[in-house]
Amino acid sequence: MSSVSLTHPTNEAFADIKGEIAAEEAADTTKKRLGPLFWGCAGFIVLVAFLATFASVLPLPNPDLGNYSSAQNAGPGWGHLLGTDDLYRDILSRLIYGARVSLVVGFGGALIGLALGGIPAMISAFRRGRVDTVLNTTSYVFLAFPAIVAVIAIVSFWGHSLFKITLIIGIFAAPLIYRVVRAATLSYATRDFVLAAKALGASDTRILTREILPNIMPTIVSFGLIAVATIIVLEGSLAFLGLSVQPPTPSWGNMLNEGASLLTGAKGQTNPWLVIFPASAMFLLLFSLNVVADKLRAYFDVTEIKL
Amino acid sequence: MSERTVLEVENLEVAFATSRGPLRAVQGVSLELEQGKTLGIVGESGSGKTVLSRAIMGLLPRTTASQSGSVRYKGAQILNAPDDELRKLWSTHIAMVFQDPMTSLNPVQRIGHQITEPLRVHLKLSKSEAKETALSLLMQVGIPSPTERYEAYPAQLSGGMRQRVVIAIALACAPRLLLADEPTTGLDVTVQAQILDLLGHLQHERDMAMILVTHDLGVVATRTDEIIVMYAGNVVERAPTNVLFKSMAMPYTEALLNSMPRLANPSHTRLTAIDGRPPDLLRPTPGCPFSPRCPYAQDKCHVEKPSLVETAPGHSYACWYPLGAGRRDGNAPAQREPVVP
Repeated sequence: MSSVSLTHPTNEAFADIKGEIAAEEAADTTKKRLGPLFWGCAGFIVLVAFLATFASVLPLPNPDLGNYSSAQNAGPGWGHLLGTDDLYRDILSRLIYGARVSLVVGFGGALIGLALGGIPAMISAFRRGRVDTVLNTTSYVFLAFPAIVAVIAIVSFWGHSLFKITLIIGIFAAPLIYRVVRAATLSYATRDFVLAAKALGASDTRILTREILPNIMPTIVSFGLIAVATIIVLEGSLAFLGLSVQPPTPSWGNMLNEGASLLTGAKGQTNPWLVIFPASAMFLLLFSLNVVADKLRAYFDVTEIKL
Repeated sequence: MSERTVLEVENLEVAFATSRGPLRAVQGVSLELEQGKTLGIVGESGSGKTVLSRAIMGLLPRTTASQSGSVRYKGAQILNAPDDELRKLWSTHIAMVFQDPMTSLNPVQRIGHQITEPLRVHLKLSKSEAKETALSLLMQVGIPSPTERYEAYPAQLSGGMRQRVVIAIALACAPRLLLADEPTTGLDVTVQAQILDLLGHLQHERDMAMILVTHDLGVVATRTDEIIVMYAGNVVERAPTNVLFKSMAMPYTEALLNSMPRLANPSHTRLTAIDGRPPDLLRPTPGCPFSPRCPYAQDKCHVEKPSLVETAPGHSYACWYPLGAGRRDGNAPAQREPVVP
């Protein structure tokens, strides 16, 4: 410590800086707020996540096995809050267990996509050169291929366990995330403060994680959440086609699939609730994810706008 | 080379590969700098002064800039040295103050974090030691209530304050050589003088060598020991500061000086500008690069390039028909007394 204070002897501040202080006080930051809509939406996501996580300890009837003493195809009521389906199963219970599938595939797929797309994106935008060219071209090749067709093909061959579906969707989300993260990194990689950090002897890893990453974090978080929403829709489409987790395990997509046949009365009965509830749940979750993503992006943008 | 020599640059060449051929941004520049001395590099935009300072730092991209010649820091060759080796010098031996304090600080990191980072990485200080040093540094660069500013984001500070922070970061690990690349260009005039005084004060206090890059002769006039005037990637005049202002030989130096606004002039005096445009470095002319714009240019100037010759101890210039006593041709326009600011 003594050597440090030797190299940096303290001396009193200079007197001629009063004007600067005044100018600086004028440039005060105004506190930004996220607003009630954000908190409502974030609350809904947290609620869904909470229910899905603790579904097995919550007092819920078995989602896969109907209780034959209950009414069949009942509307919402006290015994079954959201009613029952044609196999006497509790819709609320199936909805909550189905949320597990949506959330795992959605967030898991987005995380896999971020790892496979985001990390190479930062490196390629920072290093440029041949690495960038190769990765860039690869991402275009992947993007040119219709993801849903590829996913359907692979899933029908390889199997449709939760893990496999998450992995496959994550792989196909990667090129899109790569493009967004690469563009964000590019806009910062040539900034003066990156060069300044280099001139201070910071290693490339340090520059990427400490200088660039905090700057592109708002982009990553908001686009990541939108990726989650998109992946949930994709999983829903797969499930509707019967290519996601297999019945009786519930997912919102296969609940819709089962409900669709009861909507037309093809089985001799109709039960619109079987479509209304999973569709509303999916709509609310996607809406919340998009609102949260958008509000977060605006919230974190503050320093950039002020510069 | 004396014992006190910190930096030695010999015949440095920097060329950028472009689609229209190589762009020779720095052409055979040599200079030497001793501990505690200040060297001014003066020239207009595009004269190669920023490229020169970045080449000395080793910050130019290897893929696009080819560099030859030699840059020695305390005798050790650092030109084209691998980044791993340069990293040992950066910040602890050589540091740089960048031009624009609005962009050279990370907008999303607190001031304190940005100052303590090099201290913790290079000097391996603990968190509390680094903070203590950082606060003392902020105090040294004249930032009031450093404990408050320590927690601030760059956007919460004014331009002058930010440049003070940038200087504090550059000086954090007590470098022996500081390169200041137009450190005051982004600031208004009153703050400019304060920042330059601050740099001079800190340099003197630390017996540090400094290179001050600027386009403003007024900036270097009182704050440097030696001045190098650059034009189109070449050194066109080099002299100790007092000699340069007493007997400048190169018409370009004079033109630079004449294009400075003067307080003594009456209001609405037209500002003298250098006629013509900076040369296209991709299409060099055979003669003196300044000849198309030079008021004293003769036929010889357009066909033959003058080399840098030393006429008096320490004073060298590249001109066939220098100003003042050294004028070699009677046909040139009447002699003019150089104006000292």
